[in-house]
Amino acid sequence: MINIVANGQKIEAREGETILTALRRAGIKVPTLCHMEDLTPTGACRLCVVELEGAQNLVPACSYPVAEGMKIKSHSARVLAARKTIIELLLASHPDDCLYCARNNKCELQSLAAELGVRHRRFYGTYTKKPLDISGLSLQRDPEKCILCGRCVRVCEEVQTVSAIDFIKRGSKTFIGTAFDQGLNVSSCINCGQCAVVCPTGAIVERSYVDQVMAALADRSKYVVVQHAPSISVTLAEEFGYKPGLDVDGKMVSALRWMGFQRVFDTSFSADLTIMEEASELVHRVQNGGVLPMMTSCSPGWIKFVETFFPEFIPNLSTCKSPQQMLGALIKSFFAEKQGIAPEDIVSVSIMPCTAKKFESGRSEFQQNFLPDVDYVLTTRELGQMCRMFGIEFDKLAPEAPDTPFGERSSAGKIFGATGGVMEAALRTAHLLITGKEMDELKIAALRGLKGRKETTIDIEGLNVGIAVVNGLGNARRLLEEIKAGRNDLHFIEVMACPGGCIGGGGQPLGLDKEAVQRRMKALYKIDTEETLRQSHNNKWVKRLYEEYLVKPLSERSHHLLHTHYSQRELLR
Amino acid sequence: MANDTLTAIEPILDQYKGAARDALIPILQEVQEQEGYLSRDSIRVIGERLRLPTSKIYGVATFYNQFRFQPKGKYHIMLCRGTACHVKGSKKLLDAATRLLKLEPGQTSRDRLFSLEVVACMGACGLAPVININGEFFAKVTPMKLAKIIEQCREKEVVHAEA
Ligand code: SF4
Ligand code: SF4
Ligand code: SF4
Ligand code: FES
Repeated sequence: MINIVANGQKIEAREGETILTALRRAGIKVPTLCHMEDLTPTGACRLCVVELEGAQNLVPACSYPVAEGMKIKSHSARVLAARKTIIELLLASHPDDCLYCARNNKCELQSLAAELGVRHRRFYGTYTKKPLDISGLSLQRDPEKCILCGRCVRVCEEVQTVSAIDFIKRGSKTFIGTAFDQGLNVSSCINCGQCAVVCPTGAIVERSYVDQVMAALADRSKYVVVQHAPSISVTLAEEFGYKPGLDVDGKMVSALRWMGFQRVFDTSFSADLTIMEEASELVHRVQNGGVLPMMTSCSPGWIKFVETFFPEFIPNLSTCKSPQQMLGALIKSFFAEKQGIAPEDIVSVSIMPCTAKKFESGRSEFQQNFLPDVDYVLTTRELGQMCRMFGIEFDKLAPEAPDTPFGERSSAGKIFGATGGVMEAALRTAHLLITGKEMDELKIAALRGLKGRKETTIDIEGLNVGIAVVNGLGNARRLLEEIKAGRNDLHFIEVMACPGGCIGGGGQPLGLDKEAVQRRMKALYKIDTEETLRQSHNNKWVKRLYEEYLVKPLSERSHHLLHTHYSQRELLR
Repeated sequence: MANDTLTAIEPILDQYKGAARDALIPILQEVQEQEGYLSRDSIRVIGERLRLPTSKIYGVATFYNQFRFQPKGKYHIMLCRGTACHVKGSKKLLDAATRLLKLEPGQTSRDRLFSLEVVACMGACGLAPVININGEFFAKVTPMKLAKIIEQCREKEVVHAEA
């Protein structure tokens, strides 16, 4: 323990930590821009400067280690003036675009300017004129709004080990770009959107399809249906200032109906369906000497990662489409037939925690007769935006139930939203397939929690199944390297591209808060604990779907509608 | 294509077997020396060898002015921005060059006819401001004179095409 003095008050600090960490623990708020919890500090922005007695210059709190007896002033006049100047200098080369900006009201630069009392333009700089990059389906980049804090670069490199973007050129010409400054669409970017989540400004945001969805809702000739992913109901409320972890499932359904969606379906239903197919596929592979370990395929960022960086593992990927794409395929086939609606008159919208889902819905694998199975993907944030447009007040809404035939779900489908959830759900069904009996204890504690990698072995009546669950692609990369190096004790691996799984997805409400992700996770597992229908195979609408249409898991029709194949992607074409 | 590149730069990479990131710059230099520029294929191959992402290599390479990412044009114009030339108005000359050629330094025209490169000093300060096209020096170049030189190159090509 080290004692330091901050603003005249004694506070305790720990050996080796930075001034910032110590101050924050003591409840002293120091603004930061380039700093990111757990990632390499760069000391690039200097916004976190504090006055250190005995030092001539202000020091950056985020990278300066504490020492015994240090005397710090975190908000002296000198410090505040320096911080204000830093923001003013950043604004000197920043467009005055707030009113039209996707991050208006949610922008760190904007709120810092407000907090520090910036009232007029003190410096005039030129900003590099660079065009918007709207080449990708998931994200768009506006280099003019970039303040070069490097958060996106570090997340992409250190957390995801993708490194699609980096600092290009130098000095006043520096910008963030891809290799050869190509569009994101042809880069190695896997569309996870983690960069958009950490970007303090509007320089990287999701491609929004709100306008298109609004137009579809206004078009009387269209039948507009919506599905919402398992995690949305436990994160949407944050868009309206509620504490993370509040479940607004039923209210969200009524909000969607109020907006004019003709059917509100639950992607957790098709998550149950995914489990039926995927567990069957696993058992089939195990019993017939198929390629193992089998790897889950519901996270589209992960899929592109494998296609780009580890094509040798494509045969390991489950052939199951993701729940979004399974439901999309069923809506424009089974549902359309049943309702007597032409597939081209259906507009299929999905609400996802994920920016990569936008890319996924545009893949050619997921079209029937040149019609995309899913027309528009909106993130949780965009749904929040639509709720605001429609003047929806959550506390005044009465909860409603989703629509048949894709409205019922088991809680196994619901926990898909958290890292480890797919695995737990799949094992519940695989156990039944192998032994003919339900599992006694459904909760597998070793697979829960936010750790980057979780491993265990499950004994299913003498069959030892080696299991790993990873989230964040850096963790996935390390596991794949181990397997490449000869590791062979694993049978089934769940991978989610985003840290924490979908609850930490690139389309979720903004903020760098780990605690928020923790609370979202708790909310999902609470639903599982309180639910009576806890296994995908007991979902009666799933059973009905098989009886009426799909026949059985891995049937010919299932293969046609619910499975797919992937192929290698070349880097830098 | 990728395989050709691999065969071509393999000997260079082999000299740096087991090398880490710090070998990047010398490798880039040698590859450019041999190939004339850094192609996508070479950057990908170098990345695979050094286990470096392509964006990182591109970022490092663009940090320095010496690397180009497009093959040189038939007429490779080097424009000096050294002190002597600067004093004699090479900034204006550069502006004229980018305007006339519609090229930024480091770029090559779509028809592969021209490429533009800015160099620090060519050791021909007596001729300032000076440019060099495919090894040939042009002295005391004004924007007007540059326009003529470029025009002459273009005309030569038209004659070639007609002949
Ligand atoms: S990025 Fe922030 S400061 Fe810049 S225009 Fe958008 S809202 Fe305004
Ligand atoms: S979306 Fe993901 S992979 Fe693409 S640039 Fe952002 S962090 Fe990197
Ligand atoms: S794009 Fe955003 S996160 Fe990346 S450097 Fe620019 S401002 Fe920072
Ligand atoms: S937050 Fe400390 S230097 Fe940027």
